[in-house]
Amino acid sequence: MELFLQQLINGVTLGSIYGLIAIGYTMVFGIIGMVNFAHGDVFMLSAFIALIVFLALTQIAGVTSLAFAFVAVLVVAMAFTALWNWMIERLAYRRLRGSFRLAPLISAIGMSIFLANLVYVVQGPRNKSIPPQFSDSIKLTSGGAYDVTLAYKQILIVVVTVVLLAAFWFLVQKTSLGRAQRACEQDAKMAALLGVDVDRTISLTFVIGAALAAVAGVLYMINYGVVNSADGFIPGVKAFTAAVLGGIGSLPGAVIGGLLIGLIEVFWANYFSSDYKDVAAFSILAITLIFMPSGLLGRPEVEKV
Amino acid sequence: MAEGDAKIDFAAALVAGLKAALVSAGLAFPILVWRAEQDFSNQLVLQSRWSWMLYAVVIGFFARFLSHLYEQRPKREKTVRTAASDAPPGRLAAYLVPFGIAALIAFPFVALALAGPAGAQKWIDNYGIQILIYVMLAWGLNIVVGLAGLLDLGYVAFYAVGAYAYALLSTHFGLSFWICLPLAGILAAFWGILLGFPVLRLRGDYLAIVTLAFGEIIRLVLLNWTDVTKGDAGISSIPAVTFFGIPFKPGANGFAATFGLSPSPIYRAIFLFYLILALALVTNWVTIRLRRLPIGRAWEALREDEIACRALGLDTTKVKLTAFSLGAMFGGFAGSFFAVRQGFVSPSSFNFIESATILAIVVLGGRGSQIGTAIAAVAIIGVSEILRELDFLKQIFGEDFDPTQYRMLLVGVAMVIMMNWKPRGLVSTREPTLFLGKKRTYSADVVQEGRG
Repeated sequence: MELFLQQLINGVTLGSIYGLIAIGYTMVFGIIGMVNFAHGDVFMLSAFIALIVFLALTQIAGVTSLAFAFVAVLVVAMAFTALWNWMIERLAYRRLRGSFRLAPLISAIGMSIFLANLVYVVQGPRNKSIPPQFSDSIKLTSGGAYDVTLAYKQILIVVVTVVLLAAFWFLVQKTSLGRAQRACEQDAKMAALLGVDVDRTISLTFVIGAALAAVAGVLYMINYGVVNSADGFIPGVKAFTAAVLGGIGSLPGAVIGGLLIGLIEVFWANYFSSDYKDVAAFSILAITLIFMPSGLLGRPEVEKV
Repeated sequence: MAEGDAKIDFAAALVAGLKAALVSAGLAFPILVWRAEQDFSNQLVLQSRWSWMLYAVVIGFFARFLSHLYEQRPKREKTVRTAASDAPPGRLAAYLVPFGIAALIAFPFVALALAGPAGAQKWIDNYGIQILIYVMLAWGLNIVVGLAGLLDLGYVAFYAVGAYAYALLSTHFGLSFWICLPLAGILAAFWGILLGFPVLRLRGDYLAIVTLAFGEIIRLVLLNWTDVTKGDAGISSIPAVTFFGIPFKPGANGFAATFGLSPSPIYRAIFLFYLILALALVTNWVTIRLRRLPIGRAWEALREDEIACRALGLDTTKVKLTAFSLGAMFGGFAGSFFAVRQGFVSPSSFNFIESATILAIVVLGGRGSQIGTAIAAVAIIGVSEILRELDFLKQIFGEDFDPTQYRMLLVGVAMVIMMNWKPRGLVSTREPTLFLGKKRTYSADVVQEGRG
């Protein structure tokens, strides 16, 4: 029971991070129908930016307040990651919208390889780790076989995720920007005829997706404290799995999918085998795509001739 | 300045360039300016290098400035060549193919004559064999991606199946390479059918992602199933290739002694070179022949328009499955060759980057074009091998400059540029296998690809 409760907490924490990344996949797929393969590497890049900004603040600027450093890192990482994704969309995807269907995916794979190797070249091959932050914890139970603890960083991760998701939900549902975004998702040509700037809306979709990936990157650094230039691939695939499982194109689906993937990963690693936890994620991806490609909350894709 | 009606607007290009420079500065700011590096007490410290930001700004400025000028070039009336360029098709191929094959057959001896036995080893092994392995893999994948239009991101799984098939069968059962080679191909094709059966009802991006998932699952199983595969440590001491029973080793029964030659490791390299050349040519020959059979036509029809194919009564699953398993079979052959050449296999040789490299070769060469694919393999693998040799660059850029790091960086950039500039690859003309009257080439402009 104690083990179960502890793993539940860990799974929700991990799932929040996957959910944040998954939104980037699901929004881009919703609006231009492409799998943004480079999104996992954008997430990895954001973790590096967060790491560097954190070190710059504490070592060069001499900031001592951890809370201030956290907020500053979050804002700066979101801004620069958004700039990167904006540029990526402009250079690698924009011209391919009318091309054959696999062209954007191949371009995105190229971009993914480019980003991973750019970070490898400029930051070196070694793991980068920072000392644990917010690592004090609350004991939830004691006296049993096992003490269940809830670390401050886990509370922080879940709270930040919930707050940002609420803000993001407001943005998509209540603002004119969000309306334009949803309109383009339904029918880009019609939206353009009605005066919506489709290019700008798509750019903004990439910017928002990257900002949420950057939040995930900062939280990932707080949770694990270590990052490597090859770390974009596996979390990227897991977050994509989350997006597919929740129903690609559906925003609540991405969050639910993220939580499910986080929980499945943690429980699988504990009750079956931690060596095969990535196999579990990949298998769920394959099984979902084959047997229920519209996921939990997605609309089935209608094929038009 | 420009003459006539085409005015080149330098001011606009300059403004665009300056904007791009500003964006580059922003992109470069945290990630390029500081490098986080461990100091002696294992703490991360930042090393600043503002010069890198300057490079980024300069590159950004000139890239945008020049591309802006290029976009302003006087536009020619875009002529869509509707049916025919009357040039006889495959003019390039007609001369290049026999010449290329002759050059490849002569290559080991030319290398031997020019560089001597010690130098030729490097040329035959690092350049010849290495490039030919990728040519063969790319031709195998070309059946799947180029002809049938199925994007397979997990092709390396079948390469791994072939390699482990030979490694395990030879170390456990003592089977020779010549028995294992067909077995490896059959096993890989079997895996192709097994994995293909559930996935091939998907299309496009979803198919690509599921093949990626299966490729990774196979790698992870090889990594973690330590009882059989020895995990990360890999399988070593795989029996070496023999010349139809005569081993390539010094001594009384060795190859050199049997044929009365002076002992040298070069014979093994030359034999492996001809072996992979033969395997690659078989792959090519089979593909060319299959293209003319009904099944090959069905593949290409499927690539162009899947819905039309179904309407015309093609069993699309069966058509896809043959392409998938044939591609897998050639991957399996290449894998068992890889195992016999290295004498060692481990899961790290079969990661996603390997799949992406093979895919990049097919994409850059022009999906469906055999010659384009071969040229792209020479370019990508050749360049990355040459990068290993550029030690003199260390004197320019400092001791810790490692040119090989830039290999995959360049591959990534090349894929993006190619998709934006020439989405159909280097060789994009389509050569029909059925024609009325006279054979003509079709430019890519007139071939509209369907959703597939």
